[in-house]
Amino acid sequence: MSVAFLRPLLRGLRALYRSRQADADVADEVAHYLDQAAAVHRASGLDTDAARRAALLEVGGPLSIREQVRSSGWEHQLETLAQDIRHAVRRLRRSPGFTLTAVATLAFGIGASTAVFSVVNPILIEPLPFPDAHRLVTLRDRNQQGVPMAGTFGTYEEVAARSHSFDGLAAVDGWGPSLTDPGTPEQLEGARVTANYFDLFGMVPLAGRGFIAADTDPGAPGVVILSHTLAERRFGGARAIVGRPVELNGDPYLVAGVLPPGFANVLAPGVQVWTPLRGHATGDFNTPQWGHHYDLVGRLAPGITAEAANREMLAIGRTPVGAFPRPRWADLSKGLLVGPLQESVVGAVRPALVAIIASVVLLLAISAVNVANLQLARGVRRRPEFTMRLALGASRGRLLRQLLTESIVLAVLGGAGGLGVAALGIRALIAIGPPGLPRMDAIRLDPPVFLFAALLTLLVGVLVGILPGLGVLGREDGSGGRYARATRGGLRSVLVVSEVALAIMLLVSTVLLFRSVRRVLSQEPGFDPSRVITLQVVEAGHEFDSTAARLQFFEQALEVVRRVPGVEAAAFTSQLPLSGEIDGYGYEAASAPALKPGEGGSALRYAVTPGYFKTMGIRLVAGRLPDGTDRPEAPRAVVINEGLARRLFGRATALGARLRFGPDMGTGPWTEVVGVVGDVRHYSLAVDPPDAFYVPTAQWDWVDRVQTLVVRAAAGRTVDLVPSLQRAVWSVNPHVPLLRVRTMDDFVTESAGNRRFVLLALEALALTALVLAAIGLYGVVSGNVNERVREFGIRTALGASPGAVVRQVIGHAGTLALAGAVLGFAGAWAGSRLLGSLLYDVSPLDPLTYAAVVLLLAGVAMVAAWAPARRAVGVDPTVALRADSC
Amino acid sequence: MNESSFIAMPEPNTDVIQGTLDMLILKTLSLEPLHGFGIARRIEQISRDVFKVNPGSLLTALQRLERAGLVDAEWRATENSRRARYYALTASGRRRLEADTADWRRRAAAVARLLSAEG
Repeated sequence: MSVAFLRPLLRGLRALYRSRQADADVADEVAHYLDQAAAVHRASGLDTDAARRAALLEVGGPLSIREQVRSSGWEHQLETLAQDIRHAVRRLRRSPGFTLTAVATLAFGIGASTAVFSVVNPILIEPLPFPDAHRLVTLRDRNQQGVPMAGTFGTYEEVAARSHSFDGLAAVDGWGPSLTDPGTPEQLEGARVTANYFDLFGMVPLAGRGFIAADTDPGAPGVVILSHTLAERRFGGARAIVGRPVELNGDPYLVAGVLPPGFANVLAPGVQVWTPLRGHATGDFNTPQWGHHYDLVGRLAPGITAEAANREMLAIGRTPVGAFPRPRWADLSKGLLVGPLQESVVGAVRPALVAIIASVVLLLAISAVNVANLQLARGVRRRPEFTMRLALGASRGRLLRQLLTESIVLAVLGGAGGLGVAALGIRALIAIGPPGLPRMDAIRLDPPVFLFAALLTLLVGVLVGILPGLGVLGREDGSGGRYARATRGGLRSVLVVSEVALAIMLLVSTVLLFRSVRRVLSQEPGFDPSRVITLQVVEAGHEFDSTAARLQFFEQALEVVRRVPGVEAAAFTSQLPLSGEIDGYGYEAASAPALKPGEGGSALRYAVTPGYFKTMGIRLVAGRLPDGTDRPEAPRAVVINEGLARRLFGRATALGARLRFGPDMGTGPWTEVVGVVGDVRHYSLAVDPPDAFYVPTAQWDWVDRVQTLVVRAAAGRTVDLVPSLQRAVWSVNPHVPLLRVRTMDDFVTESAGNRRFVLLALEALALTALVLAAIGLYGVVSGNVNERVREFGIRTALGASPGAVVRQVIGHAGTLALAGAVLGFAGAWAGSRLLGSLLYDVSPLDPLTYAAVVLLLAGVAMVAAWAPARRAVGVDPTVALRADSC
Repeated sequence: MNESSFIAMPEPNTDVIQGTLDMLILKTLSLEPLHGFGIARRIEQISRDVFKVNPGSLLTALQRLERAGLVDAEWRATENSRRARYYALTASGRRRLEADTADWRRRAAAVARLLSAEG
């Protein structure tokens, strides 16, 4: 049956491709037909000429028959379209100014939308690149305040054994191995995963095998799976390395498999090497398995919703069983939060993306309105042409179709330019993207993006053509031009007012966001970020297996660093504010008069060396800071922040109170509060400071392998110190990887990252919108002045002062701008909800913002009206009057 | 017959019934391959001049049938060194003709029954 539709297609194409031949064929056939008809008449006795005339009368003119036959094929429609397009292109070339403005405007609108779509598509719209991705979920525990956090391995094992909601459940733990052999040593980002991790995502290794249960046995040889990138970069490809040994942290591992390229490791995009998680959680809570540092991922069983899984988690949480003991900090009393994996990938950037989408839609609308407006103005000038063609018998439909073709040609040109704008825009968006922007690798100009741009172009083309088309061709009544002109003027005014309104909405959002970012950045972080350099130091390898060795390294490194010229103070800390590290522990107070029953329970733990507070500039409120006397054998001391002190002891002094923390809670020795320090914003500048306690590194139960060196540089020095700091640390141990070299100022800036990202995008969009609105205003006011040249001439002749004329023109612009402003403010007020969580400490109705926007708008209206006003004043009455009389 | 008498000729013929032109062309071609004028003439003759074929419609229909693969077309030279396009029925054209004929008979019979029904 396929032939049945193929044949008309092929014949049509042939007729198109060889249209002259097709014409000749039809002509010959018609000519033969006429010959035959004439022959019949000759046979009945007519002479040649008479027979031919009779045949012509009977058959009809050969031309019209040829036309009829030729126009019946589908290809004929294409030929008409081609004609229309050629005509449109000719017309557009005749007014290059208009064409350039319109194409540039559309290129901005379409390009910006396309760029934003390409960023948003892989994050918000496309499903994650896994089979049945909608069934993938994350499971998160919650702290006492209800803030979601990573789970413990004990929790994982209990849920995996007891729940029925999942086809599979996997746990992931961070791992930062150093590749020590073969080749030059290198620090890698890795992960420890349960053996079923890759199965859960439906990922099959490109070469070799995945993990199997036997790999997790305590005695089994160490195995790793490598990312495709790492295998290519370090080992000459997947085949070359699979089955071979590598050395990580000084231990031998066998490369079991290599993943295919493009495995979207959405949980931690930087991970390049995976190894199986070993060991189990036991009743001994003083083990890593009971720390909150495991990401839990699950695949919902078919037909099970996330809500149902949530209910089951709560049920399991409320019914502890003997086989699975739970510590207090992982008692599951609130169940576990089960949510789509996609959701956690999108996470924090969703509000930013939504705000940007909304803004770019506004910009697109503005650019479309602007071009429609230009088209309309042009249509008015082309009215004689249309009238003539209508008089000559062209149908309105035909003319409308031609106007549409013209605007679609414009839109296609704009769309082509838009792809260029989009390519630049995508680069810009990635460059200013917030640190947490997920799936960066999937952001590009790919077929879905092209399709989007094409559809958008078509839509804009039709919209931009149809309105002016109706405006120009619409009303043809007996009342003559005056009425028609008035309504067209009205339509143009409506368009401009809506343009101004849309621009206002963008401007208000931008200014609100600008003020929010200022507010966030003006928040007191609780420390002094200036001239503070941070380096993450990792103790890798067996030489650091003992606590004593680890402590010794940190203390020696600190000594050397402090001797580096230009270093004012230095210290190590187990976690750094604003860095994204979150390490919290439960606490217990011997007596806590201010603590309400059921309240409190966990706080951030910082294990710090003496000098941390001086280095970071955190102020001491009461008592003393940790110092060199807080050795392992000395009585345990702790410093708490004001927030925790207030929560536990209210107005009473916290000094001398006794607390117990984390793993030792309930059994371990009490720790005495020796000092109270100021609050520090840890999560973000926009989040209130959390409760925190600081223990001397030497006195904690273990020494963290990963610590951050913080250094306050002397005045005038900052990052230039970094090389000497690295040399100093490596002089103590050359094998220690140094990661994440950042200044504290970097972290502070990043903390406003999402808002800054949206702000930068909005600034660009709002500026473009403002320019477009100004062009629109100028167009309308200027057109209005042109139509009223005679009126201005008469007014001037009758003694109107130049000031009065200027006032009138500017008043016209002002009226339009004011109408737009009123609508725009209403829209901005309604739309400010979209900015929602991005606003910080600024009311959506902030009067200062609105005042600023009004001033800006007034300025723009003045600028737009200035040139037309000058022209109106310059009208020579005699010329104006004479021009009218002829 | 002169020109004026041609115009004064009585006009008993009508246009082909809408939608039946294709079927009539196929039927005509099922007898032998013909060129466009031959088809028109044959239809007019066999219908005893009841139907008059419009040349434009005929040639358009032939183009459509050819594209649909129901008829084949070939160019043949004529005596006066012009070319004529001859059409012949294809196998699928024959099948279509049979189907159309059966369908038409059914409808015509139904219409006839309706028209002869007693009020």
